[in-house]
Amino acid sequence: MIRISDLSYHHGRTQVLDQVSLTIPKGGITALVGANGAGKSTLLSLIARLTPLQTGSIHVGDLDVSRCPSDMLARNLSILPQNTEVAPRLTVRELVSFGRYPYHKGQPTSEDHTKIDAALQDFDLTPLADRVLDTLSGGQKQRAYVAMTYAQDTDYILLDEPLNNLDIAASRSLMQTLRHLSQEKGRTIVVVMHDLNYACAYADHLVALSNGKIRAEGHPSQVVTNGFLSSVFSTDAHVHHVDQVPVILV
Amino acid sequence: MHARRLIAMGAILALFAVLYMVLGAKGNWNFILPFRATKLAALLLVAVAVSTATVLFQTITQNRILTPSIMGFDALYVLILTVAVFVLGGQGLIRLPPLAVYGVNTVMLVLASLLLFGTLLAGARQDLMRMVLTGIIFGALFRSLTAFLQRMIDPNEYAVVQVSSYARFTQINTDLLLISTILTLLTLGFVWRMRHRLDVLALGPDMATGLGERPRRGQIEALILIAVLVSVSTALVGPIAFLGLLVVSLARLITPTAQHAVLLTSAALISCIVLVGGQMVSERVLFLAAPLSVVIDFIGGFVFLALLLKGTRR
Ligand SMILES: Nc1ncnc2c1ncn2[C@@H]1O[C@H](COP(=O)(O)OP(=O)(O)O)[C@@H](O)[C@H]1O
Ligand SMILES: [Mg+2]
Repeated sequence: MIRISDLSYHHGRTQVLDQVSLTIPKGGITALVGANGAGKSTLLSLIARLTPLQTGSIHVGDLDVSRCPSDMLARNLSILPQNTEVAPRLTVRELVSFGRYPYHKGQPTSEDHTKIDAALQDFDLTPLADRVLDTLSGGQKQRAYVAMTYAQDTDYILLDEPLNNLDIAASRSLMQTLRHLSQEKGRTIVVVMHDLNYACAYADHLVALSNGKIRAEGHPSQVVTNGFLSSVFSTDAHVHHVDQVPVILV
Repeated sequence: MHARRLIAMGAILALFAVLYMVLGAKGNWNFILPFRATKLAALLLVAVAVSTATVLFQTITQNRILTPSIMGFDALYVLILTVAVFVLGGQGLIRLPPLAVYGVNTVMLVLASLLLFGTLLAGARQDLMRMVLTGIIFGALFRSLTAFLQRMIDPNEYAVVQVSSYARFTQINTDLLLISTILTLLTLGFVWRMRHRLDVLALGPDMATGLGERPRRGQIEALILIAVLVSVSTALVGPIAFLGLLVVSLARLITPTAQHAVLLTSAALISCIVLVGGQMVSERVLFLAAPLSVVIDFIGGFVFLALLLKGTRR
């Protein structure tokens, strides 16, 4: 469970988050949605302490995010920031290996190597393992970054727009992997996404943010309605239902 | 793959070192060899200090163009020393134990660089051109302040500190060799212990934090180590503008890697080869009048321009 209370954040004069209080349930996939600039990335960065807290508090499981040691946080929570791009010339395997760093601090054990191989396997990266990142397509790179986060093997996983650059097959395969992780291994996964149809199809819980405030929260089938689309996204698109799952035709 | 190249570089270095020792050594070897060995040791020390400081700096700022000397670290060291002469007088300075002077200078450089560069580094990756400009302005400022103070000091007084505005590999300040060796070895020990953390820091602050590192702390630790290494090399031979850039760029070409264990070793070996080999050729073979540092800065300067043009076009 992630408990956020009275969280406010501002960049200079811009109020990015305004008194956000939110509980993200343990286990399952939580989709975080909202228009561009709503504050989604800021919220994830605060949860993972990439950005220092200004006011309010965040607890991830038993850990107080503002207090706990960095390496302990990294063994409980992993994050894939938005638009990740690393400078050095890394191979896919080297990148994924960094996911194990919080455990081995530089000297990987055989268990680490097993987990690295498994991550490469699960994200169809084995044939690309020795390629340098610069030589991959956007989608292949994105998969490598997600695989690194996956190799970190934490109870809490935060992903900021992981579906960017992914084709339909890779997107579905990623969401199915995430569903498997949440259902079989009890992981708590928070995903920022733009495509509401993916959110409706895969998420167990949906949180909508707009102008730094929570506008709606709950199971996607209850939250995603015509009124929701117009109030949160200011669009008059219509919601249909297929097998009780909301579907938005664009 | 890299191991073989590192071994080859080690062999080349060993060959150059032997040639440097024995080439044209006529007369009493009991006198010549220890004399040359001292100079060789100083060259190796300077080479490793410069290459290591450059790798550290490029990692914490996540760029491959800027180096401590381009950012004005060496100029700052010379300025601090000049201020000391100005305040105490050359004779006053000479009466103090040289170790104390050296120690105080090093500490001053550590403090000054934390103060000046500590806050700047955070934004380095986002704004490379601003960093370049800041470095050039700092360097020019430190050098003109130094020149200004020097003009107010009696030249005889100033001569005692033995620093000039460019590196002189033929006039190595060997009095400081022992303490420099100890300082450098200690610092290198810390750097080596940091090598895996450096790999993670090179991924950028967000990724590093996500993996449990504290980038800010890593930057400050690295800055302290850089300041110590710069004061070692500047105290021994004087400021060297582009050696670091030259050898680290070569290392990235010859052993492309994301592992600091390899990069640090490779850059150190290349740096030693360039300094020892260059000094051997210019002293023993060509009997050059032009100092080696001029040649190195000339080539390194071109590398700097090329990287700058490539970097800004990207
Ligand atoms: N470094 C920054 N400086 C100033 N404003 C920022 C900065 N980063 C983000 N913002 C502002 O914060 C708001 C939320 O940004 P973000 O969390 O990235 O939104 P989202 O991920 O929902 O698109 C935006 O209005 C953006 O302009
Ligand atoms: Mg965002």
